[in-house]
Amino acid sequence: MIEIRNLTKHFGNLTAVKDVSFSARKGEVLGFLGPNGAGKSTTMKMVTGFLTPSSGTAMVDGFDVQKDPLQVKSRIGYLPEGAPLYGDMTPLSMLKFVAEVRGIPAGERNGRIADVVGKVHIEGVLDQRIDTLSKGFKRRVGLAQALVHDPEVLILDEPTDGLDPNQKHDVRQLIREMAQEKCIVLSTHILEEVPAVCTRAILIADGALKFDGTPLEMQLMSRRHNAVALTVRAGGGHDIAALSRIEGVDAVDQVDAANGFESFLLYPKDDVAILAPLSRVAHENNWEVEHLSVEKGRLDEVFRQITSTGA
Amino acid sequence: MRNTITIFKRELKSYFATPVAYVFIIAFLFLAGGFTFYLGNFYTGTEQDQATLQSFFGFHPWLYLFLLPAISMRLWSEERRVGTIELLMTLPITTMQAVMGKFLAAWFFAGIVLSLTLPFWFTVNYLGEPDNGVILAGFIGSFLMSGAYLAIGSFFSAVTRNQIIAFVTSIVACLLFILAGFPLVTDAVSGWAPASVLDTVRSFSFLTHFNNITRGLIDLRDLIFFGTLMACFLLANVLVIDVKKAD
Ligand SMILES: Nc1ncnc2c1ncn2[C@@H]1O[C@H](COP(=O)(O)OP(=O)(O)O)[C@@H](O)[C@H]1O
Ligand SMILES: [Mg+2]
Repeated sequence: MIEIRNLTKHFGNLTAVKDVSFSARKGEVLGFLGPNGAGKSTTMKMVTGFLTPSSGTAMVDGFDVQKDPLQVKSRIGYLPEGAPLYGDMTPLSMLKFVAEVRGIPAGERNGRIADVVGKVHIEGVLDQRIDTLSKGFKRRVGLAQALVHDPEVLILDEPTDGLDPNQKHDVRQLIREMAQEKCIVLSTHILEEVPAVCTRAILIADGALKFDGTPLEMQLMSRRHNAVALTVRAGGGHDIAALSRIEGVDAVDQVDAANGFESFLLYPKDDVAILAPLSRVAHENNWEVEHLSVEKGRLDEVFRQITSTGA
Repeated sequence: MRNTITIFKRELKSYFATPVAYVFIIAFLFLAGGFTFYLGNFYTGTEQDQATLQSFFGFHPWLYLFLLPAISMRLWSEERRVGTIELLMTLPITTMQAVMGKFLAAWFFAGIVLSLTLPFWFTVNYLGEPDNGVILAGFIGSFLMSGAYLAIGSFFSAVTRNQIIAFVTSIVACLLFILAGFPLVTDAVSGWAPASVLDTVRSFSFLTHFNNITRGLIDLRDLIFFGTLMACFLLANVLVIDVKKAD
């Protein structure tokens, strides 16, 4: 539904987006990740027709955003970064305006508006000036205006930024509910959000695409994937050297030592399972094991790995 | 067209959503009245049994010079500053529709304000026997001229996200269009340039065309002048928005 090919954007000497290509289908929730200044917003602005690409194309539903901007724009619901809104309007008048511009027939407008108002829970502030709303409500009004025409494609630039944990939960819930019948692209730098809502993750840094795969695949890239966390009572004769000798163990880090307990992280060679050999050794030596678990891998680690080395 | 109307309505409502519209209306009426009655010898005119609104209209180019850029300065600068331009320009509308909707709303607002001075017209009819055709022409000319000011102002508002800069540059540009007909400028040109150049410069003056109209002569050339001027600045406005939306 979204097809992006070799998209590039220069701002003077700066190349904000470098030759980025990816696509997204209906039913996908694509998480757009990257550090600040990576080029996430710039990419989204090109897809929504706000910025003209320096080169490359962005297609939505088979329409090229540069050749058929109105066709593309009418299929997209867009929440720009920071959710800009007309402060002197009320949420209701704002939604009526957007519904009218979006060409929703007069008879259906109120029904559509009531529907999205319920979805984002802004019933209580419909007649209050947007200027006077809290950040959370503003963000939700921004979401409502992006949803009012029930678009096939949703592009949300940091939809949960600045929301409290409950509000974040609501927005994620809403995105999950809509995921089936839409193609959703959302940018975020909150990594816990990714496995929770996204079916796919794309990581960009310095304007270039660094990773494109499922959140699970991303976790697999983590050094901690299949690592084992171990906490034992101190003085049982275990040390880093002893742990390192265990079959399949590549390296060991001591992560903590407190209250008579010591915690270690054991990294496996080539992803082999090391839990069994470790527990055997612990049993043979009568170590008092307090905690033992296999790590799934951490996205923030992968994120740092990919974005800081410039790999 | 439908989109232009939708934007027009939103814009027009936003004038009245804040006290700006009311402050503007009061300022305009106060200044128009003050200038006309105290500086313009409104009464002496009628004493000579020549009830006219000549002095009233004579102040309009100057009133508009400061008041209309205050209306037009926010048209695009504010959208840029707040970021709503991103919302507006990713709706399925063309840039032309957005520019026209905003401009027409500003012009319509100026028309509302101008229509609030209609009591002056009734007053001169009460005081004497004016040539109502001339006065009607004056209102039409004034309305046309306000459109030209607003088109210029809208263009400069599109260039910057700073309203003050938009305000000042609009005033300077409009002032040039006024002064083009003044001895200050025409003398400077007439010393060395051929008469045709002098005529060209003078033909760019709001005053030349506005005074023609307020004398009661609605000449097609004057209408075309204001129409073309508005069209040019609005087209330039569209181009500026298309080229540098995001800056
Ligand atoms: N209008 C602009 N003019 C110049 N540089 C810009 C403009 N917009 C963004 N940039 C630059 O492009 C880079 C990418 O920005 P952005 O896409 O906003 O990043 P992200 O959304 O990933 O944080 C940044 O270095 C930013 O400073
Ligand atoms: Mg961003």
